[in-house]
Order: sequence, then structure tokens, then C-alpha cells
Amino acid sequence: MNGFNLSRSIRTRQLLQVRRMRKITEFEPRIIAFTCNWCAYSAADIAGISRFHYPANVRNIKVMCTGMIDPGYILRAFERGADGVLVAGCEIGDCHYISGNIKAKERVERLKKLLHILGLEDERLRLEWIDAGDGRKFADTIENMAGKLKKLGPSPFKKEVKS
Amino acid sequence: MSDVRIGIFVCHCGKNIGGVINVPEVTEYAKTLPDVVYAEHNLYTCSAEGISSIRQKISEHKLNRVVVASCTPRTHETLFRNACEAAGLNKYLFEFVNIRDQCSWVHMQEPEKATEKARDLIRMGVAKARLLEPLEEVEIRVTPSCLVIGGGVAGMSAALNLANQGFEVYLVERDKELGGLLLNLNRLFTINGKAEEVIIPLIERVKNHQKIKVHTSTEVKGVAGFIGNFDVTLDQKGEERKIKVGTIIVATGAEVLKPVGQYGYGDKSNILTQLELEERLNKGMGDEQNIVMINCVGARIPERPYCGRICCMVAIKNAVLIKENDPRAKVWVLHRDLMTYGTEFEKYYQKAMEKGIRFIRYSLDKPPEIVGNNKVKAVKVYHQLMGKEMVLPCDMLVLTTPLIPHEDNQDISRMLRVSLSEHGFFLEAHLKLQPVEFATDGIYICGCARWPTDVPEAISQACAASAKAVIPMRRGYVRPEAITASVNEDKCSGCGTCVLLCPYNAIELQSKDGKKLAHITTAQCKGCGTCGAACPSGAISMNHFRDEEILAQVEALVI
Ligand code: SF4
Ligand code: SF4
Ligand code: FES
Repeated sequence: MNGFNLSRSIRTRQLLQVRRMRKITEFEPRIIAFTCNWCAYSAADIAGISRFHYPANVRNIKVMCTGMIDPGYILRAFERGADGVLVAGCEIGDCHYISGNIKAKERVERLKKLLHILGLEDERLRLEWIDAGDGRKFADTIENMAGKLKKLGPSPFKKEVKS
Repeated sequence: MSDVRIGIFVCHCGKNIGGVINVPEVTEYAKTLPDVVYAEHNLYTCSAEGISSIRQKISEHKLNRVVVASCTPRTHETLFRNACEAAGLNKYLFEFVNIRDQCSWVHMQEPEKATEKARDLIRMGVAKARLLEPLEEVEIRVTPSCLVIGGGVAGMSAALNLANQGFEVYLVERDKELGGLLLNLNRLFTINGKAEEVIIPLIERVKNHQKIKVHTSTEVKGVAGFIGNFDVTLDQKGEERKIKVGTIIVATGAEVLKPVGQYGYGDKSNILTQLELEERLNKGMGDEQNIVMINCVGARIPERPYCGRICCMVAIKNAVLIKENDPRAKVWVLHRDLMTYGTEFEKYYQKAMEKGIRFIRYSLDKPPEIVGNNKVKAVKVYHQLMGKEMVLPCDMLVLTTPLIPHEDNQDISRMLRVSLSEHGFFLEAHLKLQPVEFATDGIYICGCARWPTDVPEAISQACAASAKAVIPMRRGYVRPEAITASVNEDKCSGCGTCVLLCPYNAIELQSKDGKKLAHITTAQCKGCGTCGAACPSGAISMNHFRDEEILAQVEALVI
């Protein structure tokens, strides 16, 4: 990949900086949310429009439909230090592409079993149906997830990666 | 050396972002990210000034990727993409980072954390932007004809509108006759004119129009295809017929709730719904002297929480008609709240009070009770203002019930791949910004199918929906987003997994040099990505959401 080394060196420097800062502050879990363009992403916007506050632990990655989420993306997120992953799509029956969310559900459930065997707590991977207008649910989901992850502590995968 | 040159524009959005996030600091940070050659911050990136700055900086700094960190792609993506295009940059080389709706607005009390999050989001956006590829949109021809489902006042108005502009219309009505709900109404508020004076001429005009093909006793059995090219199967009493249309308007209306079992409806002979009362008024009333109406029957209750919207006015209208017919008659309207919005309706309500119609408010925890065995003889109601129970003599009890969605809305919504609301009515793409369109391109909605409306509202919605449908038909082509899937033929093993998964039947296996390979019809692909996530050979990639692009965002999470 182009420019990779340059970014690596910047990354290492920043990583050290961030680690130093983290030591003195409390544990802040990192959540990656794969949000469907048609519902959860919009719900996250509505949460903003309604000024529903929630903890700043989440980083959204927009996808067109939860059906496009390759389980490999979720694995990679955990490998790279995510403490939790949220997959948020349309209510069953409301998927913009008819049934992508049903496929996502099957895939996430299968992946959950695998992660369980690998020693990852169930709460770290969450699947949620969030209606396009339901800013409240988006905010509550993040709040609830961040709370649980704070109690759980850093992901066991992260420790392995570090050592 | 990389030849990617990214420019970043961070927006203050006045105080919306700048009041929480440290925008100058974030901009400085953005400059340190790989392949970023330029970064600036603007008070409003979407203003004329901001847009011209984007265009100017693209040429000045030879930018070949643009990232804007501001509000949300849902409202502003087109604007920024257009700015890129105007500067000669393919619009798919633009990436949006949402630091307002999903950051500053939700983390206002934690400005430092919000700033840190904005930095992360921009880093993720840049990671994706580096990998973006230009995409070309295909042009799809639009058949200049429209299918209108439902032959009530909304559907007929839409059909006429389209036909008068020269487009072919197929008007499908499942009943024997055109006309819909209006056929059963007596007079219309607030003009007081006969419903038939409105509907009969409309039916005639529709029937006589050369461009409108009316199919009564007909149902839509199947819909395949997409905007511009819908293949529709009609079913007229078992006889099937195929037509091709470019657009579809849903005007299927709604039906009046029959309150079976409530207040004795069905058991006692002198209880009617408002709709049944209209019939009586049309034929001529009997000698009933004491008429009691109960509003909100089956509406605004836990099972059906919505307000029927037009039923208050229906009750007032019929109360006034009874009074005008026989000034000695006594009419009581028992209601929970009266919705007489706007100037005309409020005036009508005043008029009703002047005519001596009594309005009494009841509450759900003390609903009215009826007295009488085979017939209602009296109605007991707790008068909230007087704080006591009243007994009203009653020769005729009229229940005001809301319009409810048709049961087969479910089937139609599946067939058209459009959504229903929680109440079972059809759901528009956006309540405020796209009130007569569905999220599915090329399909529009008007009238009671969406929500209970009165006649003028149904007609204006029909005008709006047909005007929207004209846009692609007049232009003659559409360019759907280029976010579609493509197959890497070297990797495809021909297993057929994707063929089974695609909800739009866009993929088929084709033989090529003796090998079976997946082939995607781009015009039919909607870009859901379901196929790509499942392909065991990793042969399918989703334009604009390629594995590399998403994984780059994931990896940028941790620095
Ligand atoms: S799933 Fe992949 S390998 Fe199988 S046919 Fe489709 S593209 Fe080819
Ligand atoms: S992206 Fe979706 S619509 Fe397109 S070919 Fe794949 S499964 Fe079908
Ligand atoms: S479109 Fe939202 S989950 Fe499929």
C-alpha cells in the first residue's frame, strides 16, 4: 500500500503518546459501529438533531446494508483493538434491500459462537435493529454498551495483541 | 511515492461544530495524515464561499480526493459531490466525515472527547479516501408510462395529471367501479357540495381520456424490475396481463374501521358509523330527534395510538347537516379533543356551536355508557367541566371511527419493496423532505394510503406525486448510483452462492470458456452487498465499499 511506512511512523509516535495519556485516565472502551445507511446511520443523525447525549466511545462506519458486512470486518476490528463492535441495521422486514439484515443476523450469530470459543465475552459483539427515526434507541444502545464495556475492561484480544 | 493528493475541509457550522470541537486543532491534525496535501477550515463549508473554495483548492493543489468533515451526507453529500464534479473530479472521489450530527451535537458536554473523536473520524475518513476509485454511472432508459394503483380521488387525479402531460397511464382498481371511498359519502366539508358532484365528473374524465387505460376488478399481482423498467403483472379475475411501466404511484386509500363490539355496535339496531350515517343522510333521515355521536372510537387507544385526523371534521359536518335538515333535532358530540385545525375548520366548528350542537368532552378512564337493550335509549356521559354524570336521550348513536390501512398493504409493500409505518400505512421516504416519494426510486405515494386525508389534501398530494413521477419520465433516463457489485472473474469459482442470495435476481451463472461464472446485471443491482459478504472466494467487490476501503477505516481506529 502506498505511503504505508510514513503513516506507520506517525502512528507509532501517536500510539505512544496516547498510551501515556490513557494511563492516567480511566478506561475508555472503543466501540466500532457498523451502521446501515438507511436506518441506524440515520438514527445516529436523529440522535444528534435531538441532542441526545451519549458517551463519546463510538466510531461509526457507514455501510449500505448490514448484509454487506463481512464477518472478517468484525474480526479485524477486534484484532485491531476494538473493545466492542455494534452491528446496527433496519428492523426485520424493513431492510432497504429486503432481507440483508436477516443474512447479517445469521452471520453475526455464527461469529458470536466462534468468538465465544476464542474467549471473547458475548456483550462485546452486539446486533441491534434501529429504526431510521429512532435516535433515542441509538443513543441508549451506545450508552448501555459503553457502560457494560467499561465494567468488562479492555478486550482480551487487545491484551494478546499488545504482548 | 503515492500519487494520492487529499484535500480536507473542516466545517465550523457556525457554532454547531466549532462551539464544541476544536476545529483549528483538528485541521492541523488532519494535515499530518498520510497523503493529505491540503487542509483548511471554514465557517460554513456548504456556503457559496465554502463551495467555491473547494473548487479552487482542487485545481490549485491538484487534489484528487476531497474529504469534508461537517454535518451529514444525508443532507449535504450531493452538494459537495457536485462541487467536486464542477472542478473536474469524479464525484466518487469524495468522502464525507460526520462530525456534527454524530459528534459535536451528541457530545456537547465533553468538548475534549468530542475533539478526539473528530480526529479519529477524520483519520478513518482519510484512510478510506486514499483508496477511493472513480466510478461511472450507467444510464438507464425510462419507459414513459405510469402504473397508478387505486382508482379513488387520489389515484384518478394523479392519472389525469400524468395523462394530460402526455404520458401513458394504467389505472388499476380492484373494485368493479372507479371512485373509491367518495362513492359512499354524502356531502363534503366544508363546501357542503354533494360528493357525487365531485367524483362523477372526475370518473367521466378519466374514462374518456385516451391516454388512460382503466382496469377495474383488477389487482396487481407481481412487480419486478426497477425505476424506468418495472414489469408488472395484472390479474383481472384470474386473467393475467403483463405491462411495462417506468414509474408507479400508490393510491390505494384506506378503509373505515367497523367498531364491532364497541358500545354495542352490531347488536343494537340504532347504532351507525359516520359512514353509514352518510348513506342515511343521502337517502333522507328518519324522525330521530336525539342524536349522540361518540368520537375517537378505536382511535388514540393503546392498540391504535394514532389520531384519525379527519374524523372530528366528519362528525361536525354530519352534526351540522342533521341540524340543517331538522332544526328541532338535538345533537351531542362526545369527544376527547377536537382537531379542527386551520382557519376553515375552526370556522365550521364555530358554526356548529352556533347552531346549538352540544360538544361534551369525555375521558378514556370514564368512557360514555349506553342504556337500552335492543336499541340504545340513552347515553350516560361524565361531564368533566360540570363534574357530574349526564344522561342524554338517544334515538340514534353514531360512532366516529378512524380510517385504517387495508389489510393487504403488507402484500403490496412486499411486492413493491417499499415500507409500511408501524400503523400499517405506507411510509414515505422522508416525512418532511420527501413526503410523496418512497425510498425506492420511481415509486410515489398519495392520498389515504399514506395517512388519512381529506379530498383537497388527497388531490394536492396526487398532483405532487404525479409531478415527481414526471421528472424521470420526461428526462427519459436515470442514472442510479454507481454503488453496485462487480465480479472478479479470475477468482469466481462458479459456486452460485451469490445467485441464491441476491434479493433482486441480478446475478446469474453464465458459461464462459467452458467455466461457469457469476455475471451481475449492473442495472438491476441495487448495491446491497449481500453477495459480496458471502462469496467464499472473495470474488465480488462492492464499488465504493470494497473490503480494502472498509478495512482501512477499521484499521485507522487504532493508531
Ligand atoms: S459466490 Fe463468488 S465464487 Fe460463487 S458464483 Fe458468486 S462470485 Fe462466483
Ligand atoms: S450487491 Fe445486492 S443487488 Fe447487487 S448483485 Fe449483489 S446481492 Fe444482488
Ligand atoms: S438496509 Fe438497513 S439492514 Fe439492510
